[in-house]
Amino acid sequence: MKKATLRLSDGTTFEGRSFGADVPVSGEVVFNTAMMGYPESLTDPSYAGQILTLTYPLVGNYGVPDCSLLPNGLARFMESERIHARALICSEYSGEYSHWNGRETLADWLLREDVPGITGIDTRALTMLLREQGVMLGSIEIEDCPPPPQPQYEDINFVEQVSCREVIRYNEGAPKKVILVDCGVKHNIIRCLINRGVEVIRVPWDYDFNTIPADGLFLSNGPGNPNTCSVTVNFIATWLREHKTIFGICMGNQLLAKAAGATIYKLPYGHRSHNQPVRMVGTDQCFITSQNHGYAVDASTLPHDWQPLFVNMNDGSNEGIRHVSEPWFSAQFHPEACSGPVDTEFLFDDFVKLLYR
Amino acid sequence: MKLENIHKVLVLGSGALKIGEAGEFDYSGSQALKALREEGIETVLINPNIATVQTSEGVADHIYFLPVTPYFVERLIAKERPDGILLSFGGQTALNCGVALYRSGVLDKYGVQVLGTPVETIINTEDRELFVRQLDQIDVKTIKSEACETIDEARRAAAELGYPVIIRAAYALGGLGSGFCDNEQELNVIAEKAFSFSPQVLVEKSLKGWKEIEYEVVRDRYDNCITVCNMENFDPLGIHTGESIVIAPSQTLTNSEYHKLRALAIRIIRHLGIVGECNVQYAFDPESEDYRVIEVNARLSRSSALASKATGYPLAFVAAKLGLGYGLFELTNSVTKSTSAFFEPALDYVVCKIPRWDLGKFRGVNHELGSSMKSVGEVMAIGRTFEDALQKGLRMIGQGMHGFTENKALHVDDLDAALKAPTDKRIFAIAQAMYEGYSVDRIHELTKIDRWFLQRLEHIIRIDAELKQIPALEALSHDLLLRAKQLGFSDFQIARAVGLGRSMTMDQAVLKMRDYRKSLGILPVVKQIDTLAGEFPAQTNYLYLTYSGIQNDVAYTGDRQSIIVLGSGAYRIGSSVEFDWCGVQALHTIRNNGFRSVMINYNPETVSTDYDVCDRLYFDELTFERVMDIIELENPHGVIVSTGGQIPNNLAMKLDGQHVPILGTTAKSIDNAEDRDKFSAMLDRIGVDQPEWSALTSMDDVETFVNRVGYPVLVRPSYVLSGAAMNVCSNAEHLHQFLELAATVSQEHPVVISKFMTNTKEVEMDAVARNGEIIAYAISEHVEFAGVHSGDATIMFPAQKLYVETVRRIKRISGQIARELNISGPFNIQYLARENEIKVIECNLRASRSFPFVSKVLKINLIDIATRVMLGLPVEKPHKSLFDFDYVGVKASQFSFNRLQDADPILGVDMASTGEVGCLGEDANCALLKAMLSVGMRIPEKNILFAIGGPKQRGHLLDTIKRLVARGYTIYATGGTSDFLNGLGVPNIRVYKNEHIDENGQLKQPIVADLMHHKQIDLFVGIPVDTLAEPVHDSYYRMRRTAVDLNIPLITNARLAEAFINAFLDVPVDTLAIQAWDEYK
Repeated sequence: MKKATLRLSDGTTFEGRSFGADVPVSGEVVFNTAMMGYPESLTDPSYAGQILTLTYPLVGNYGVPDCSLLPNGLARFMESERIHARALICSEYSGEYSHWNGRETLADWLLREDVPGITGIDTRALTMLLREQGVMLGSIEIEDCPPPPQPQYEDINFVEQVSCREVIRYNEGAPKKVILVDCGVKHNIIRCLINRGVEVIRVPWDYDFNTIPADGLFLSNGPGNPNTCSVTVNFIATWLREHKTIFGICMGNQLLAKAAGATIYKLPYGHRSHNQPVRMVGTDQCFITSQNHGYAVDASTLPHDWQPLFVNMNDGSNEGIRHVSEPWFSAQFHPEACSGPVDTEFLFDDFVKLLYR
Repeated sequence: MKLENIHKVLVLGSGALKIGEAGEFDYSGSQALKALREEGIETVLINPNIATVQTSEGVADHIYFLPVTPYFVERLIAKERPDGILLSFGGQTALNCGVALYRSGVLDKYGVQVLGTPVETIINTEDRELFVRQLDQIDVKTIKSEACETIDEARRAAAELGYPVIIRAAYALGGLGSGFCDNEQELNVIAEKAFSFSPQVLVEKSLKGWKEIEYEVVRDRYDNCITVCNMENFDPLGIHTGESIVIAPSQTLTNSEYHKLRALAIRIIRHLGIVGECNVQYAFDPESEDYRVIEVNARLSRSSALASKATGYPLAFVAAKLGLGYGLFELTNSVTKSTSAFFEPALDYVVCKIPRWDLGKFRGVNHELGSSMKSVGEVMAIGRTFEDALQKGLRMIGQGMHGFTENKALHVDDLDAALKAPTDKRIFAIAQAMYEGYSVDRIHELTKIDRWFLQRLEHIIRIDAELKQIPALEALSHDLLLRAKQLGFSDFQIARAVGLGRSMTMDQAVLKMRDYRKSLGILPVVKQIDTLAGEFPAQTNYLYLTYSGIQNDVAYTGDRQSIIVLGSGAYRIGSSVEFDWCGVQALHTIRNNGFRSVMINYNPETVSTDYDVCDRLYFDELTFERVMDIIELENPHGVIVSTGGQIPNNLAMKLDGQHVPILGTTAKSIDNAEDRDKFSAMLDRIGVDQPEWSALTSMDDVETFVNRVGYPVLVRPSYVLSGAAMNVCSNAEHLHQFLELAATVSQEHPVVISKFMTNTKEVEMDAVARNGEIIAYAISEHVEFAGVHSGDATIMFPAQKLYVETVRRIKRISGQIARELNISGPFNIQYLARENEIKVIECNLRASRSFPFVSKVLKINLIDIATRVMLGLPVEKPHKSLFDFDYVGVKASQFSFNRLQDADPILGVDMASTGEVGCLGEDANCALLKAMLSVGMRIPEKNILFAIGGPKQRGHLLDTIKRLVARGYTIYATGGTSDFLNGLGVPNIRVYKNEHIDENGQLKQPIVADLMHHKQIDLFVGIPVDTLAEPVHDSYYRMRRTAVDLNIPLITNARLAEAFINAFLDVPVDTLAIQAWDEYK
């Protein structure tokens, strides 16, 4: 294995060995504390432009499942058609795997997808640095390879890069129709919707969905700075003139908040894990959620007819909003899980129920 | 919100440590009591286990050293009138007791509210049928048996369940007539056999080779749920989880599998209505996502203690708070102190638990592992690679292993069989198989252990092979050495692999290796366990060391204010919770005196590994290498080696060799007491009597000596080849065998042989000295004569039957020894006393097993005094009157023979007990009775069976038997005993050990086994002729074993039988006082 170096924008370097593709890259360095689910995370479009650090040290144990697609175009096991993270950083890559559902090693997959992986990094030290300094840009230098490109993140419209190019329909002919605005949607969101018997009309992020007759609107997750999606926000604002149902997840929460008039801000180092506790505001009900976001809604800027729906029990940041009277709500976390706990999947039920209201 | 009507709460403890119920409940009970006291609730604790931390001053408000049985708990409730009761912190003992009290209406009668999980829920999880029905209601799959009465029915059931299936004959003990069937042909054969044993057979789906996965789940009364941890067994289904190597978190589950089982666990806990904590065990198909729920434990368990230590999430503490009515969201994460207790820990390390067996201590025991537990302790190792955690763990279990490789070969002849049928040594059979070229696939076929684990083990072997290629130390590269260290190789293993041991002793080789490694800059780093994988800043002091890292999580200031206390390691026969108590007391004293208290220990069942009890906890190895690593980081003011039993004691000389400041008694003195030759010579020099001894350098000398003093003799080799460090030999054959197999005798390695004395009283001196002057002491007396290991003996304190002169002499001799060895700190001396003749048999310059017992009876904390001495703080000599009090403490031993299939339940020179209790009473009888009842003895109702070997012991028990007869007991007796009693006119019924046909062709009746099976024997007094003789599986053995298997109280020592019988004849149980510890003045 070649020597590989992670160089952060503050000049700190971490030495490791390359186990994926020997491709120098750069991006925003983030960490995720989940203990499993690397195939799902790597294919999550929200990681576009980011170098993903896993705090759990042992990675690759159960290999990688079949990457093929189902006839409806959804990935059989993954969250999208390909790896979106720029690179993977871990402490102890397991070169051999064992699982009935495994088809290849993580290294082989990374190689096929031209994505670098570094093992042998003190990921805990790296994580603590990111926690103290906030997320940083970084690049991966690999022995005997050309230097990596200059890292960039903030101003890039990643949504544009990962959104679908044209309208795709799933479960056509189902009794209720939902428009899904694809800012980089995870496939399990689509699965969660079609499993509940609705037709999903997946549209590109900049598509004027108000032109399509439908019963509800779903706003997906997605990568990067939500401020790059003002087009989408405008379309949502138009939708809000009527009384039709809206449900948003992650970036969807932020776009809905912006459309309602609130502002968003960047968290110092984001929430990326399977163990984020949230409380439903005004209740004693708490949930463990899967999260992956770097920005949050500033709940204090919500207009008076909007309320926080969930709040993060660790840092008090906003985890979802709702309208006081209209059927509009959203979650900052991932009720569709994949990877992560499935405790809040009931939000999809709530959404579908509202469609029938 | 907290419940309002709860002001006083009773907590049920788990009693003596036994196999399956050990130190973990001291930890969970202590945590629960802490949680209650934090709320200002008055706490009452019942637990006869006097060596625990939870029964220490200040942990509970009222502590009762009484049996945890419905009878005593009811009397306690009537006296204390608590508002609430906690049932789930004292293991199965407390749970069963609580259910019985609920069923008998006692809790209702006294208005005691069960806090936490309702009793109905507990019953639903304990009763197999109700449990299956409950889970059926929510479509959760359980393991079911179909009862069939014909082969046709069995075929149909098997077809429905799907092959492979397992067939069991109903009502047949020990698996008679059971077997696996892969198809109908096999079923036909096995079912027919099964029907020959029983009219009914049970057909179950075979889950052989399935993974075993556990989740620890928490729920509050608002229905909020979290899973704190999941764990995966290295060994597949079929081996009790307490017998398995366990890894946390799971290593081979995908996201989908992990969360499927997690969601099921939450569904189950919600449906059952648990408030607090439970554990859900699954069988999980390695080839699909199919699963079965094995069981749910609606209480704190061994697994929950392990999960707490593995994650840093204090499950018992939180469960107690939830029982008081709090919601998880109202509690804070006690590690970060800033985030909520409603969260799921994220680990950034891997944890490996390995059981510790002591099967070698038991005569005749079956070594095969299965569905019942046999291990006596466990260790937990933390690493950032699986290989590291596993190799650390294998060193921690303390059975002479250096890791997965580089051990002195443990050669198995039939490797396939050793892999197929798991025993306590299987992991090393895997190592041998890998060296012999077995592939991962082949080992997987034989063991069904997941290939991933085997791949990791093979990785260790590969690196070992690379190390073996290194021609000289200087050729060992930085990269390879670092990699080996990351994979958990110790300096010892590496030194041995590269051949350093060929030109020097291993001790020298290890030091050379260490220097070389440090010269390359390869040093371990310290990481925190912070529950959130670094996501939030944590104030945690919970630490481990790893080579997979570049940076320490904690800053070392070099202020020399640390005092390092070395812990006691895995619980084992002979070293258990009592040393945990000693360690914790030392930590308290250190902390209270302004020093930084630092603990090194790795036993997840302990309180000393609770990060709350010290300023820094290193959850890591107690090897010389690791202790030195920590000492070099901490730069301590000093190290305490005398409160953790033998493991730290044994390190003293090596640490001293590195100029480590050892507090208290010097390493040289410790060595002078440990080295038998030096110690005996010293006693001779200062004119202290001891059993006749000699250090011998040839077999001829051995012969001459033994011919003079006679058997039995105690043999202490100075150079041990295999495990047995010392042995009592009762004849020439035995002696020769031992010296040939276990030890060498040579000029260089003399063997110390001494006369082993029997029929002599044994007396213990536990004391603390300062600069050779005794400051505080406790003299206690064994009920049994010498010949029963002091750890198995029943001990009375203060000594009840010693001459004043004997006591005076013991004090004087102890003073002489303390002076000669210049003791500063705790020590223990064992004496033999016959008339006023006193002989020293052993001296340990450390706290002994009985320190907590005597400290609590005395109400003088000897460890606190000893620690103050070691810290150089002023210590006042306790006033003389404090050593004189009006009550008696009795310590009795708990045996776990019922768990150890085929083991001979006999007491001898090897310790066999797994735990102990200590009870107080106004006189010796009261205290003894409470203690015996606490270790599971029952007062016989009517029938007592005597089988006494030898005329001397029969004579000894004659008066006792007469008293029983006078009180209306029916005496059954075997041949010799019956003849003896008949000769003296003592009425008895003669019983037969075996089936005998008399001259008329009639079967002689009654037969012992029949009486026992028909529950007609309430107590069996079976005294062997000679406990030192080699074990034989004769009819006496079979009677003892049958009694144990049928849960019939058994006593095998004449003096103990006499004491117990006289106690219950003299003291009716209902007159025993229900008195708290502080009420004894």
